[in-house]
Amino acid sequence: MPEMGLPHYAGTRERVTRFALIAGVTLVLAFLVAPLFIVVPLSFNNDPFFSFPIHTYSLRWFRDFFSNTRWIAALENSVVTAVFTTVIASTLGTMAALGLARPNFPCRRAVMALLISPMIVPIVIVAVGDYLLFGFFGLTNTRTGLVLAHTALAAPFVVITVSATLSTYDPVLTRAARSLGASPLAAFRRVTLPVILPGVVAGAVFAFATSFDEVVVALFMTSAEQRTLPVQMFSGIRDQINPTIMAAATLLLALSTALFVTVAWLSARARRVKT
Amino acid sequence: MSAVASASFRVRVGDADAIMDATSFVRFEGVRKSYDGKQFVVDDLNLAVRKGEFLTMLGPSGSGKTTSLMMLGGFEAPTFGHIFLDDEPVERLPPEKRNIGFVFQNYALFPHMTVAENVAFPLRYRGIKGRAAAGRIAKALAMVHLGHLGERKPSQLSGGQQQRVALARALVFDPTLVLMDEPLGALDKQLREHMQVEIKQLQRMLGITMVYVTHDQGEALTMSDRIAVFNDGRIQQLATPEVLYEQPANRFVAGFIGENNLIPAHVTRIENGTAVMALGDGTILRAPAATATRSSGASTLAIRPERFFVDTGDTPETNRLSGTVSELFYLGDHLRIAVDVGAEKPIVARIPALQRLPLACGDTIALRCHVHDCRLLEA
Repeated sequence: MPEMGLPHYAGTRERVTRFALIAGVTLVLAFLVAPLFIVVPLSFNNDPFFSFPIHTYSLRWFRDFFSNTRWIAALENSVVTAVFTTVIASTLGTMAALGLARPNFPCRRAVMALLISPMIVPIVIVAVGDYLLFGFFGLTNTRTGLVLAHTALAAPFVVITVSATLSTYDPVLTRAARSLGASPLAAFRRVTLPVILPGVVAGAVFAFATSFDEVVVALFMTSAEQRTLPVQMFSGIRDQINPTIMAAATLLLALSTALFVTVAWLSARARRVKT
Repeated sequence: MSAVASASFRVRVGDADAIMDATSFVRFEGVRKSYDGKQFVVDDLNLAVRKGEFLTMLGPSGSGKTTSLMMLGGFEAPTFGHIFLDDEPVERLPPEKRNIGFVFQNYALFPHMTVAENVAFPLRYRGIKGRAAAGRIAKALAMVHLGHLGERKPSQLSGGQQQRVALARALVFDPTLVLMDEPLGALDKQLREHMQVEIKQLQRMLGITMVYVTHDQGEALTMSDRIAVFNDGRIQQLATPEVLYEQPANRFVAGFIGENNLIPAHVTRIENGTAVMALGDGTILRAPAATATRSSGASTLAIRPERFFVDTGDTPETNRLSGTVSELFYLGDHLRIAVDVGAEKPIVARIPALQRLPLACGDTIALRCHVHDCRLLEA
């Protein structure tokens, strides 16, 4: 790359600066993805230790993952918790965003800040708070409790993505639907919701990922019965070092990647619809 | 209304009076609207729209015309007063129960639906399905010359085509009343003029009652049976385009509809229905006296630029204003000149180019106009 995107009149100084910039960015990106280059190959390692170089590859740790009832139960717990969290957080988050988008909503900023606060408050604090509060209601060590706690963590993502989509939504569309005979609910279902759907789906994906990855609150809120995949991995590392964790990590990674590719695809499609 | 209007005019005015007796289809009664409880955006609106009429609410932005339309459409509630649709009060009726076709400023087409699905939307809520719906959709799209574009998405259409889809969607369910809020504002001049004619033809053909909001006076004059001129939340004048142009009720209407020279004048006496007044420099002018004209006092004289002519002879029954030409523009079919006379502002006159006057800036010129082309307004 001799030109490096520089204009033809660039001098030596500009060239050096540009080279430094590219080198710096490359290092940062490498640092971000480096853990993946450790975890993913190790999950295919035939040897039962975390060591490089890898001599032979195999799928034994994946086989081990899918034949171990503890891992399967954890996966099932994670999926069920994440699905319930996604449904509840998407519904509540979308409704909140719709309300906040109304021109006459009182104290909009304060309410928005309150709704977003779970993203800012340190997660350990949330976990301890939830633990004490839910203990009072008898919700600790229940799946309901975990779903509720995760919903509070996930809903802000939905509020943010749906609010962003709503800021480009023309409220006259709703008026048009009403003037043509649609009740408020019908206008929402047939016009507003389809138009803002990319935002809702993006929020839902974030909500799912939030719940699926979450370990701190889950550690506080679950007993062995509701143990989720991240919790199982955490205790797995503590108790017995076993490459099955690497297989689980690779599976988690694959799922997250699939989710975010979906979001990117949806938002690209939404942009095409609009123009 | 002035009794001195020309004969052809009196017939027109008479027509308008006759229609006024017919039963009204839409009626605003003492409607007032305030958002903050202090200032009224619409203040004491009383207006009756007749069945089959094309009525335009015309006015500058913030004059209350759009708010009035939104109240009729059901998107705003009057703070005081009542709105009747076919003699039924509708203030408590939500928009979807009013059966009114509404065309919005930026078309408001549903972006996720095809053109045909957009047009089908109102039919769904009226229980029209299957073949009956398909027939209606085809007919509505053919009516706006878009029969071949049913499968397109709105984003694939031009502005003019989107406007036509919005029109088809508002008409497909045979509403008896159609409201339009500056529907042509986003189109270029040529297309706008074309659509004005087309909308007017559709309205006449279908016999629908239309309430149309615009700030474009040319558009209002072209399309309307009657125009309600709004300013400061009140109707300044409600009349046919001809009456508005020829007999403006006040200074606002005289200045807003077309171009006008508004000359401050002082009425000195009234002779046989003709008011005699003097300008600052002593020039004597005459105008038909309105019934309300007092025999003395400050008033405003309104004279249209195109009513002036250049005449060296002493034509009877005319006013004469002389001065120097301060500005001159050649505009092909006419000359536009500004003449400094004894008044505060220069007088603007349009002189037909075919008179081929050898005029230049600085020339002294005598402008004349007929007494019946002058209109006396309150100061």
